[in-house]
Amino acid sequence: MTMPLVLVAVMVVLYACGVYLMLDRSLTRLLLGFLLVGNATNLLIFLMSGSFGAAPISSDATAEEMSDPLPQAFILTAIVITFGVSAFLLALIYRSWRLAQDHDDRVQDDETDQEIATTRALAATEVTDDDLAETHEYEELDDTSADSNAEANASANANANAEASANANANRGSGEPGEVRS
Amino acid sequence: MIPLVPLAVLIPLVGAALALTVPGHRRLQQAITLFSLTAVVVLSGALMIIVDAHGTLVMEVGGWAAPFGIALVVDRLSALMLAVSAVVLLGVFLFSIGQGLADGDDDTPVSIYYPTYLVLGAGVFNAFIAGDLFNLYVGFEILLVASYVLITLSGTAQRIRAGVTYVIVSLVSSVLFLAGIGLVYGATGTVNMAQLTVRIAELPSEIQLLLNLTLLIAFGIKAAVFPLAFWLPDSYPTAPAPVTAVFAGLLTKVGVYAIIRTQTQLFPDSSVDRLLLIVAGLTLLVGILGAVSQLDIKRLLSFTLISHIGYMIFGIGMANSAGFAATIYYIAHHIIVQTTLFLAVGLVERQGGTTAIPGLGGLMRSAPLVAILFFIPMLNLGGIPPFSGFIGKLGLFTVAADVATPEAYWLMGVGALVSLLTLYALARAWVLAFWRTPAKVTENAGAESRAPKPTTTEALMLRDREQALFERLQDAPGAPQQAEQKDIPRLMFGATAGMVVVSIALTVFAGPLYAYATRAGENVAHPERMVEQVLGSNPESDSGPGGGSGDTQPQEGGVDE
Repeated sequence: MTMPLVLVAVMVVLYACGVYLMLDRSLTRLLLGFLLVGNATNLLIFLMSGSFGAAPISSDATAEEMSDPLPQAFILTAIVITFGVSAFLLALIYRSWRLAQDHDDRVQDDETDQEIATTRALAATEVTDDDLAETHEYEELDDTSADSNAEANASANANANAEASANANANRGSGEPGEVRS
Repeated sequence: MIPLVPLAVLIPLVGAALALTVPGHRRLQQAITLFSLTAVVVLSGALMIIVDAHGTLVMEVGGWAAPFGIALVVDRLSALMLAVSAVVLLGVFLFSIGQGLADGDDDTPVSIYYPTYLVLGAGVFNAFIAGDLFNLYVGFEILLVASYVLITLSGTAQRIRAGVTYVIVSLVSSVLFLAGIGLVYGATGTVNMAQLTVRIAELPSEIQLLLNLTLLIAFGIKAAVFPLAFWLPDSYPTAPAPVTAVFAGLLTKVGVYAIIRTQTQLFPDSSVDRLLLIVAGLTLLVGILGAVSQLDIKRLLSFTLISHIGYMIFGIGMANSAGFAATIYYIAHHIIVQTTLFLAVGLVERQGGTTAIPGLGGLMRSAPLVAILFFIPMLNLGGIPPFSGFIGKLGLFTVAADVATPEAYWLMGVGALVSLLTLYALARAWVLAFWRTPAKVTENAGAESRAPKPTTTEALMLRDREQALFERLQDAPGAPQQAEQKDIPRLMFGATAGMVVVSIALTVFAGPLYAYATRAGENVAHPERMVEQVLGSNPESDSGPGGGSGDTQPQEGGVDE
């Protein structure tokens, strides 16, 4: 099979540049990298069709002289898909850029992820054995409405404790509430 | 019977087109979507019965004979996947109607929601019935583009951030898949899977390995197996509850399905089975350890999703028909149960206003029904005996005991441990969210301690708009408390309860279903039968010179002579 060296070189360069750009944190470069890698892949499919010859189907060349039409059909499909996805990506990048506080189009970190790494203890701190002991059984609570005050006070205290720690954790645990309020 | 095959893709696509022509008529769009999805459920059920009774259906699109034209193939595995995913799509759709009606979401730009949802379904179905590699790629792209739209729905900052990760990772895997198709075509001169069975077997083993690994990495990203899974818990949880549910149920499984197809049909005697087993073990362990350490139920479930992909890869890695059968049953079980869990979490979110475990509590009292609806699939996923999770795992472990290699024994241990840890992680979330003393999350001063970043006026304006959106959307985690304490609409309950019933039905009808999965496993373990069915009784005679790419044929191939 005859592979034109120029096309192979172009494909390699496109892949190299594309992958380099896709490793960047800036979304615009990512998009450019995606376009380059997509085109390199199209070129790869084209090269994979083997020998090149006359235009397929329309010309009156014999089957041996024609190029393989199938990879060309693949490439057309891939180009259409790449086009649609690029348009969507552009809209996404624009939206991301407008939402970013300092007009920055870099990939944002996931705050929830980082918070898990920094959380000292997980939710387990909020429910100790004491808390569980203080908690009423549900059916019990239903039919003992006029129970002793002491018990109610104790559970109120437990509630307050649980509340405080839950609040502290909630703010660390879910990034969004703080973010929306700020 | 054959004309039924393309309908699985055509009905949702036509439905999507019709729904797009009536923007703003929410009721009409819902009716169209409901009709399309119900039709697909009926159709796929019928296909399952027909295929089981009469064997594989092969449709040659446009009348072009198999190696040249596009073949749509429905065998037992495809039919089962079609049926299960159609049921899931219908259930989640009903849930989203319930949620949407309750929220009065007339102002949000969701007239795009129903058509996109149908297109997603069409992509999933297309991937399941694809008989050639390129059609599989097209199916993937259809469902991925639809999922890009769904995951960034309403374009809030969180979703855009998550969407960017998701889109970029998916693009990388798509490009890899496309390059893999190019390489396969270069090596064999065809993309028809049945013909590839014959031709790939003739390639030198190094080239086989290269092609196999390329496709495996591309599908591995989509299926979220261990080293390639980190995008998933980052991006899924921010989407609206029904979207997360359907993504969790279907999208990763399409990747697993593609892995089954490549490992059985393209590379039946591949040398990566041991690698698959190692990857399966790591996926199981890393996924579940991630789940144990999460503070948010949606993220926790996303990690269990990754972890349980490991079970499916485990079955594939054992590479015999019983292993495939166990995997097929496990996929059906996991699609239903994982979706049900995410729907139940949608109810929790609606009831409690958040999915962060520290902010939840006492839901048992305020919403006992939700507690039950979460509890049953939780036991199911954890593999408690009467449920389908137990049957699926038992099937896998039985096969592993029969295979009796050191890897299989190790994986049995890991699988049992992971099953226990799944139960632990979910039970912890359940106890904290439902059973402890109600912990009220109030506006508190701690929120202000978060240092406000310098903002431009435009960003501020967008933030205001976003906040306004949040207040309307119940699924916004930061929305004010009073807006969230709405009653849960009956339809949301109904849809979740329906999915729970379906998951229990998997248990009740486990006998026939497992027998069906066994037959499907035998089907995929014998790709030569598929070759016969797709290419006719004499495959070699069909592959004339036009089917290949001339000089790229390997010399020892000899197919074109």
